[in-house]
Amino acid sequence: MTAILSLRDVSVKLGGSTGFLRKSIAPVQAVRGVSLDLHEGEILSLVGESGCGKTTLGRTILGLQRESAGEIFLDGKPVGDLPPEAARGARRAIQYVHQDAGAALDPWWSIGRTLAEGLLIHGMRDRAERRKRVDAMLSAVGLEPAWGRRYPHEFSGGQLRRVALARILLLQPRILILDEPTSGLDMSVQATVLNLLLDLRKQFSLTYLFISHDLSVVERLSDRVAIMYLGRIVETAPARQLFAAPAHPYTRTLLAAAPRLTGRRASDHGSVRGDPPSPALVAPGCAFADRCPIAEASCRDEVPALRPVAPAHDVACRRVPVEQIASLRARRRA
Amino acid sequence: MMKLLSVQGLKVSIRTDEGIAQVLDDVGLDLERGRILGVVGESGCGKSTLIRAIMGILPRAATVEQGEIWFEGENLLVFSEAELARGVRSSRIGFIPQDPLLALNPVFKIGSQLLEIMRWHAPHDQSQGSGRGAERRKRHVARLVGLLKRLQVPDPETALERYPHQFSGGQRQRLLIAAALACSPQLLIADEPTTALDVTTQHQILLLLRELVGEFGVSLLFVTHDFGVVAELCDDLCVIYAGQTVEAGTVRSILDAPAHPYTRALLACHPDRATSFRGIPGSVPSPLAPPPGCRFAPRCGDARAVCTEGAPPQARSTSGAEVRCVQFA
Amino acid sequence: MRPILRKLSRDLPAMLGLAIVVFVLLLAIFGPLIAPYPEDAASSHLTRRLRPPSADYLFGTDNLGRDIFSRVILGARGALSIALTVVTVAMLIGVPLGLVAGFRRGWLSETIMRVTDVVLAIPQLVLALALAQLMSPSLETAMLALSLTYWPFFTRIVYAETRRLSASMFVDALRGVGAGTGRIVFLHILPNSISPVIVRATIGLGFTILVAAVLGFLGMGATPPAPDWGLTIAESRVYLPKAWWYVTFPGLAILITVMGFNLLGDGLRDLVDPRIRRSR
Repeated sequence: MTAILSLRDVSVKLGGSTGFLRKSIAPVQAVRGVSLDLHEGEILSLVGESGCGKTTLGRTILGLQRESAGEIFLDGKPVGDLPPEAARGARRAIQYVHQDAGAALDPWWSIGRTLAEGLLIHGMRDRAERRKRVDAMLSAVGLEPAWGRRYPHEFSGGQLRRVALARILLLQPRILILDEPTSGLDMSVQATVLNLLLDLRKQFSLTYLFISHDLSVVERLSDRVAIMYLGRIVETAPARQLFAAPAHPYTRTLLAAAPRLTGRRASDHGSVRGDPPSPALVAPGCAFADRCPIAEASCRDEVPALRPVAPAHDVACRRVPVEQIASLRARRRA
Repeated sequence: MMKLLSVQGLKVSIRTDEGIAQVLDDVGLDLERGRILGVVGESGCGKSTLIRAIMGILPRAATVEQGEIWFEGENLLVFSEAELARGVRSSRIGFIPQDPLLALNPVFKIGSQLLEIMRWHAPHDQSQGSGRGAERRKRHVARLVGLLKRLQVPDPETALERYPHQFSGGQRQRLLIAAALACSPQLLIADEPTTALDVTTQHQILLLLRELVGEFGVSLLFVTHDFGVVAELCDDLCVIYAGQTVEAGTVRSILDAPAHPYTRALLACHPDRATSFRGIPGSVPSPLAPPPGCRFAPRCGDARAVCTEGAPPQARSTSGAEVRCVQFA
Repeated sequence: MRPILRKLSRDLPAMLGLAIVVFVLLLAIFGPLIAPYPEDAASSHLTRRLRPPSADYLFGTDNLGRDIFSRVILGARGALSIALTVVTVAMLIGVPLGLVAGFRRGWLSETIMRVTDVVLAIPQLVLALALAQLMSPSLETAMLALSLTYWPFFTRIVYAETRRLSASMFVDALRGVGAGTGRIVFLHILPNSISPVIVRATIGLGFTILVAAVLGFLGMGATPPAPDWGLTIAESRVYLPKAWWYVTFPGLAILITVMGFNLLGDGLRDLVDPRIRRSR
């Protein structure tokens, strides 16, 4: 499979502003040395809790956030190290769907005008042509073309998500970064949105980078999953593999904690200690060590690198190859 | 086992700019002592109005048209505002709101906010005869520190001197639980308390709530839209659609064998059960123009003519749950 | 638009304010057609001096025999045109400055805001008096002074709104879609920040009428024989307390007009309160 998007050792530092008449804020390392491949047509989910850097990584891939180190390749061509406006120009094929779809729309513009604006920005001068495209896209996402005249506050949450999707699909992207597309939605609406996303992927030949913390959705929807903790990717695997045999201790904690409809009870397993960490204070070595149930002293020596423990299954943990690889093999054989 | 809380036939309407909204139309639920009841429904089903009705904090434009709310044998709807404020809220029914950031006053220290609740509502302390403010305060502080320790808030002794923004989201939620438990209520009402939390933090809070129910002898009414949370935490379940209770029973019985068409459709939407992603056709009716009879009838695949004629009858499903559907009558 | 008007209609003081403002606006536009003695803007009739209110002269006559009723009506045009000019110029200066200062952090933004602070500290009347000394006291001088001291209010408002909006999600989404700075600022941020500006402008109109009247009273604004309300009050002082009508009716005109703008402005402010802004 071809990788249409590649990240090599990307790091992102946030804050750290100084300047005349301004307070200096200490910089925070939000993303640390992330390497990632996104293959054409797949759905890759980026999973993690607050402070893990998944949103920052998404915005960096998009180009609105500039990386402080590392390389980014789109279709094999380098598109990294650019300021936001230039980056957006070079990475037009990547578009972003916000978590709060309604907030991503100008409340004083009708949605039809908002949708047409993207086309206008990218050079479509003919108003009639814009109108035609907008109407067609509204239908494609399941909305009435006549509703183009309405304003964002007249729509429900689920409908606004469709509007947001229509807006970026008009720009003919190839990669969509979806930031928590189902959060805040009722379950029945969620199902409709997910269905729509799958249809659109097929219809427009899209690739999805799915940022989410909803493990039920991630399991059902994704081809591959990458788990992030404190700015690093700690495990990547095909979805089925990850959920059947999670290797990294953090992944196992996460899977144990997520409420599922499988008949188990919350009290069946103990919870992890403490709160999700803040990227402002990071201990040396493995960032999960202070909460990890199987950590040793040596875990603090150096940051564990992502190493394959199975085909297409990488884990960043010193303890895993020793303990779990054998049981993983055993489980897969069984 | 006497029912701690029993809502029966509750009908609430609210005056709005666009007319009268029949927000609740025949809602009922039962909560036994020592158990956790999950109230599940999608947005607009009336969950918040139900909670407000129980706590007696309905907006002024709301009218309770019918129904009773029995709490420990007394009908809360006949209580005056003064009786509810002094004798029920916080002291007998504790409330854990959804967003800790919004529920705590940012300019006051945690200690003063929590102590204020205790000062207002501690009748059992007054009965011990000690009227001295300072001694009573010391007792309250000791109790609070003990609670915070039990709830695993780091550094409980100094925590009371800190401000809300100095705590993480999960810690703030624990503070709110402490506030709710401070006066030893019999019932805790939690309104989506874990929605804003991370997955692992949510798990910690759910475990904590389960332990508290056992240790402190409180019963918990847990409102949520997340079936996964209900499945893992709750003992009993009540499903509400458009202001009507459609199904109520134990979590096991309903999740294993959902009876009401809405419950079945909703569970079928959950990613853990869905064979393919498909929502429920149609949309939730507006309370301004509710359909007659069973409000789910317009979207129900099994609807018959009689469904729109009158209120759906109370019946029992094969698994023993209460169902309001003519199919089971 | 319709839900906005409906909400406003429920606010009685605001509706009263709106009625007053519309009424004064009509007086300003159609003044010469309504006033019974429109020539009394300039001409004098010394035979009719200082007559009390009667059927012929509803508000009485002044010391030059002119009909006060007509002069009050005619004065509306002057008052409103001063107010509109001042507020418009203040907006034309203040709004762009606020946009520039709010959009990008930096030395330009800081400089603009500090200059704004300084100008805000200058009392309007004192500046007007100072300018009147430097140039000749006239209506134009008064308007200049008032504009130069009123623009900071708009800058502050637009600065706050622009800062808030530049960090908002829809501006972020616009950047994602590829919109440039100019488009974002003028087509998106500006329309969204207009509401508080309109509120401030409405209240500013009332305030300016009051200040202009004071300036006219001090002789620093309109010059005789203009039917300016403040000027009329100044002229009326020597004829008190016998010719009570001379001072009362122009005074009432100022009072009611300013109150009208304030009520309307308050009503508008309640409307655009962010809590109510999004109807969902």
